Amino acid sequence: MTAQALERPAVRRRGGDLADRLGPLGLAAVAVVALITLAALCAPLITSHDPAIGSVIERYQGPSAEHLLGTDQSGRDLLARLLYGARTSLLGAAVVVLLAGAGGALLALVAAWFGRTVDALVGRVLDLLFAFPNLLLAILAVAVFGTGLGQVTVALAIAYVPYTARVLRSVALRERRLGYVQAAELQGLSGLVVSVRHILPNIAPQILTGAAINFGYAMIDLAALSFLGLGVQPPTADWGLMVSQGKDSLLQGHAQQSVFAGVCIVVAVAAFSVIGERLGGRKAGGRA
Amino acid sequence: MLRFVLRRLGALAATLLISSFLVFSAMYAAPGTPESFLVQGRTVSPEVLASIRAQYGLDDPFLIRYWNWLGGVLTGDLGESLTTRQDVASLLASRIPTTLWLTLYAAVLIVVFGVLAGALAGLRGGAFDTGVLLGSSVGFAVPTFFAAVLLMSVFSVTLGWFPVFGSGSGFAGRIEHLTLPAVALALPAAAVVARITRTAVVEEREAEHVSVALARGVPWRVVARRHILRNAMLPVTTIVGVNIAALVAGAAVVEHAFTLDGVGAMLINSVQQKDFAVVQAVALLLVAVFGVVNLVIDILYAVIDPRVQLGGESA
Repeated sequence: MTAQALERPAVRRRGGDLADRLGPLGLAAVAVVALITLAALCAPLITSHDPAIGSVIERYQGPSAEHLLGTDQSGRDLLARLLYGARTSLLGAAVVVLLAGAGGALLALVAAWFGRTVDALVGRVLDLLFAFPNLLLAILAVAVFGTGLGQVTVALAIAYVPYTARVLRSVALRERRLGYVQAAELQGLSGLVVSVRHILPNIAPQILTGAAINFGYAMIDLAALSFLGLGVQPPTADWGLMVSQGKDSLLQGHAQQSVFAGVCIVVAVAAFSVIGERLGGRKAGGRA
Repeated sequence: MLRFVLRRLGALAATLLISSFLVFSAMYAAPGTPESFLVQGRTVSPEVLASIRAQYGLDDPFLIRYWNWLGGVLTGDLGESLTTRQDVASLLASRIPTTLWLTLYAAVLIVVFGVLAGALAGLRGGAFDTGVLLGSSVGFAVPTFFAAVLLMSVFSVTLGWFPVFGSGSGFAGRIEHLTLPAVALALPAAAVVARITRTAVVEEREAEHVSVALARGVPWRVVARRHILRNAMLPVTTIVGVNIAALVAGAAVVEHAFTLDGVGAMLINSVQQKDFAVVQAVALLLVAVFGVVNLVIDILYAVIDPRVQLGGESA
């Protein structure tokens, strides 16, 4: 999720300047996100080390010209693992947000278009999903489908769908009653066409705001699942996994790995939550 | 009121019934057969396999197996663990105290520190307010597992103030062992609660009825307590409730980090070992607790705000 993607609808909706809405703190957050994305994309250009290969002789080294941030318990370069780990962490969260947004929008449009029985049915399904705590749903999915980034990403996306669907449903219902939708319906356009061509673009700002807010949560939850050993599997580099793998080293007095990876997560999540908060005009923790 | 509670309890029972079916069929649909987990990769003769299948009732049709399992659950028989052969109900019972203490401890921390910091920041303003704002922004972004690792590093390894592992026994022992885990678990939620409380208090402080009360000469302390805090507590109750309910599942991460013998850690272990009998039982328990906590919050909400109509269509 880049700043550019968020920019268009926000400008179109309010007609105001995006920079004004973000404010200095929001712009700083956008810069941080851009920097992390760039670092993840250009990882091979920034470091020549392979994140998965290390030499045991070089374990637990401090920062040096060769290893700018030192090495981990297997002698792997920490900077390289952080940079490549950013790829896993960002990509995973992006897919969660994308799938949850798409699923939520689909349910919202279907519920809003058909109304009555279908709307009630969608409501019941969402209620049922709400009965499970997010993390539990993801853990159960791992039990069924096995561990791995792909599995937990889909699992988490399903866990997020009720939240996005609930918000989008109310917005879509409001649009459904407006004149332009009824005019299109009277012209004989099909529900599919009206929903996709007319309603969807008008609820796009809410979809994107929700995505920005959920991105931070998705990063934390994915990292937590990797920390539990249910998500990304070694030797793949991932921030959550690095905190977990660094735990044993930390108890022996080598705190670098856990601390560096943890700080990366904190900075990225904080940046995303600031952007989401500014775009949506909502408070932190406004998802539920 | 009673009707509302009864209806919600009925809805909760229905939800649990459907959830149990979903969880059971999800485990049923999982790749790999149950007996392959039971024999754990050893090569066994077809006769042994057949006897195992018969022992666990694996040859029965799906619905019969679900029905038998559900009947067992309702009579307190949760089956036996596929890996350790122990009774799941007694396994679960031995794990509940740790998780209960941990979540209660964290809930107290969330309420005390989150609400207190937010309310003081909103009422006082100034440097304290800025501090709370900054602290809550950072605290909110710190994942529980990272907080756990950091706390362990500083207070257990470096300073040696708290034990690194174990969940302790007796009241004092539990408090000592569970302080760091509870702080880690409570931190992000307390940050959110502090932020919401602050916003609610500030909004209320700037409301007209507060200016009027002050202009009429009502003392600030009384205005703060009766006019500002009382009104501001409504959104706070909601957000505190949501966050406490979420502890039910969040505890798993902290228990894993501190290697505590709680229900959440048991869930993670049994997922990794594909011990579906345990996974089913824990999942059902967590959904039930989650539902009950949410119900209690809704009732509390009505007690605090008499305007809330119980038994309405939205309830």
